[in-house]
Amino acid sequence: MMAQPCTDTVMLEHWHPVVSLDELRGAGRCRTVLLDRPVEIVRAAGGARVLCDSAPVQTLVQYGYVWASFGTAPAPLFPFPEFDEADRRFVVTGVFGVQVSAGRAIENFLDMGHFPYVHTGILGEEPHTEVKEYDVEISQSRDEILATRCRFYQPKAAVSSDEGADVEYIYRVPHPNCSVLYKSSPVDETRLDAIYIFVQPMGQEKIRAHTGMCIIDDASTDLDIRSFQQTIFGQDKPILENQYPRRLPLDPRAETPIRADKSAIAYRRWLAAKGLGWGVIPAGA
Amino acid sequence: MEMLDLAGWHPIAASSDLPTRHVFHGQLLGREFAVWRADDGFVNVWENRCLHRGVRLSLGLNDGRELRCLYHGWRYSSRSAGCTYIPAHPADAPARTICNRTYDAVEAAGMVWSSVAPEAEFALPEVLAGADPLVLRPVPVNAAPGVALALAEGLLPDARAIGAASVSFAEAGLVVFVQPLDAHRCVLRGVLLAQPDDRMAALRYHDGVLCGLRDRIEASGEVAPPPLEVGFQPVDAALAEMPARARSGPKAELRVQVARKWDAAQDVAGFQLRAVRGVLPAFQPGAHIDVHLPNGMSRQYSITNAPGESDYTIGVKRDAAGRGGSVCLHGDVREGDVLAISAPRNNFPLRRDSEKVLLIAGGIGITPMLAMAQALQVQGIPYALHVFARSEAHVPFADRLAGLAVTRHLGLDAAGTGAVLGDILSGYAFSHHVYVCGPAPMLTATREIAAGAGWPEEAVHFEYFANPEVIDDSTSFEIALARSAMTLQVPAGRSILEVLQENGVDVPSSCEQGACGTCVCGVLEGEPEHQDVYLSAAERAANDQIMTCVSRARSARLVLDI
Ligand code: FES
Ligand SMILES: [Fe+2]
Repeated sequence: MMAQPCTDTVMLEHWHPVVSLDELRGAGRCRTVLLDRPVEIVRAAGGARVLCDSAPVQTLVQYGYVWASFGTAPAPLFPFPEFDEADRRFVVTGVFGVQVSAGRAIENFLDMGHFPYVHTGILGEEPHTEVKEYDVEISQSRDEILATRCRFYQPKAAVSSDEGADVEYIYRVPHPNCSVLYKSSPVDETRLDAIYIFVQPMGQEKIRAHTGMCIIDDASTDLDIRSFQQTIFGQDKPILENQYPRRLPLDPRAETPIRADKSAIAYRRWLAAKGLGWGVIPAGA
Repeated sequence: MEMLDLAGWHPIAASSDLPTRHVFHGQLLGREFAVWRADDGFVNVWENRCLHRGVRLSLGLNDGRELRCLYHGWRYSSRSAGCTYIPAHPADAPARTICNRTYDAVEAAGMVWSSVAPEAEFALPEVLAGADPLVLRPVPVNAAPGVALALAEGLLPDARAIGAASVSFAEAGLVVFVQPLDAHRCVLRGVLLAQPDDRMAALRYHDGVLCGLRDRIEASGEVAPPPLEVGFQPVDAALAEMPARARSGPKAELRVQVARKWDAAQDVAGFQLRAVRGVLPAFQPGAHIDVHLPNGMSRQYSITNAPGESDYTIGVKRDAAGRGGSVCLHGDVREGDVLAISAPRNNFPLRRDSEKVLLIAGGIGITPMLAMAQALQVQGIPYALHVFARSEAHVPFADRLAGLAVTRHLGLDAAGTGAVLGDILSGYAFSHHVYVCGPAPMLTATREIAAGAGWPEEAVHFEYFANPEVIDDSTSFEIALARSAMTLQVPAGRSILEVLQENGVDVPSSCEQGACGTCVCGVLEGEPEHQDVYLSAAERAANDQIMTCVSRARSARLVLDI
């Protein structure tokens, strides 16, 4: 049966994605689990309403998703300006159930080193395995991690590209369970495509990963873009489910970081500084 | 409930679970193992967790010598379980302390045996002595191991307990071992003591016996205890931060025995060095060891071995005019002698993110190139090994060259060598790398020809045996140590390294003549007077690092990052 509902205040005071409007439109209602509580989402005036044991839960509709929070005063959701740019296509590329903690899934999203091994021939390819020096900072102006100047050789960086190139990335982690990456658009070099992962923590070791993008591309069909992203996530899932332990260890001595993992190191420190104790193995535990 | 015996030896797999290049997922007392056989037959039992990001190594790839993790491609050597390569940083040598947890393993009577915390060497259970057993299919049971054992004893007719973890069923020559997976789960591993006449019938019959036994154990209704809580060993504190360079002086922490000494070529003696106790640490291609000699000297020799080999093999060229190291090794050291050596250190790492690798060896300079060529061969990266020598009799380790992509260039003079190098080095393309080791004039020629043929400096990697330059140590200057907050005077006739070591600052060193790169130190301020042969021209010009054993200061003061 369901585990004890989460009581971690850091998690409770955040907004969490529960379903995309896309999916809700089709299905009309949706039942799922959030922080070890059963929730139900129904369409309503203003978009949607979230219920838990028939009682209303704080609900927010933003960035194409329904978000819920069990907190007393959850801070507003992080900014995601690309979502509102009129000439971008917003494509929901899917939702994936994975037996892993949210932290491990976010780290995987930030990680370039696995491209040649896990996404062989698509996002990376041997012998081009080097993760070049990049910069990571915890943004002064807002509470988020920013990794810039990330460059990686990619044989086929997006649906619309068919030759290899060094692709430049920027990663943002503006929420413990959400991340957005920006990479040069293969169609328009001066613009950046935005690709997001919003993780819905169902339990400490069980998530739904909501993925999608806001891109400049009018050649590919939604189906192409979805299949591409499904392939990528399908390759990550078996790896994520074989990480051991499944919760993200915050003790620096639990695993062996290298320079390529700078962003993951910053992420673990940032979570530890927030005092997060759920879905992670806190340092000293 | 009985205490689970962590010291006991248990079967964890059948030999047939480890076919060529497979990785088997084993379990014992709440631990998970990655169990794999190297091509030389050695059975590795490792904690099933990559040290990098915790991915199960049982998902990894067994290349016959190394295990490659599926997530980021880290490679771990058979036997030592040390990490030999981190693809995200192809130009760096991984820290030696990145080493997986290993468990003891013995293969006997058609099974692999292991123990979580052995207190004694493995001893084959007496019933199996001299048997040619037939190992049956393992039957997993949802019950505490102790419960299963007690019930098996009661349920099989004529059964008697014969050891802490096994019962035998005398009549049919059946022995059942209970492998404790965890506090609440176990596996019945049946063994027939003799090969039956009708194999199929015997397998079917005994499988029925074991499955029946499982059903009755599970039906007994004993409540299984909760699973064991197993912690992980934390990694080395130094590794938990992003690893910096290891700080250690010239050490001789290992003892090896000369297992074999032979003529590897004219004037070259081969030495095969074997651990006196335990397993030698993993080495990477390009690595060298310091060998401490009976005459008090210490000399550096490259390891020539292929990945996953258990011993270190070095080649020593007799140099009668040298400082006496080679003469001592040739003359005084015999098979069976014990030598002190340092752990391998790699200042000549091999990038494996190349589309093509050229390896150029002159004479005894072949030693690091051999290790590189064998690693590239195993990994399937295109390479060409060019060996320059006076004659075939002067080519060391010819036996190891068989099967490698090697071209020999024999008996050439300087002009002839230059012409061949010109040929070899034509056609540079992105992602090509060249490695060269040999006599100083040949290295210099190779570097010049490569530069002329358009090779960028960062694609040309070299290792000098010795520094051919005459070192000028007549200057005196001041050094300030930024991190240790000390200011020291370096007088004429003494090196920075000596002054540091005399003042208790631990700086690793090896060749102490500016060739190996071990004693490097960052420079924060001041202008070094470079006298080494390790740094490339661009690295010298940057003036941000210095070889403390030979280089000095052009400015009155140097601020060092130490
Ligand atoms: S988790 Fe094994 S290489 Fe990264
Ligand atoms: Fe991935």
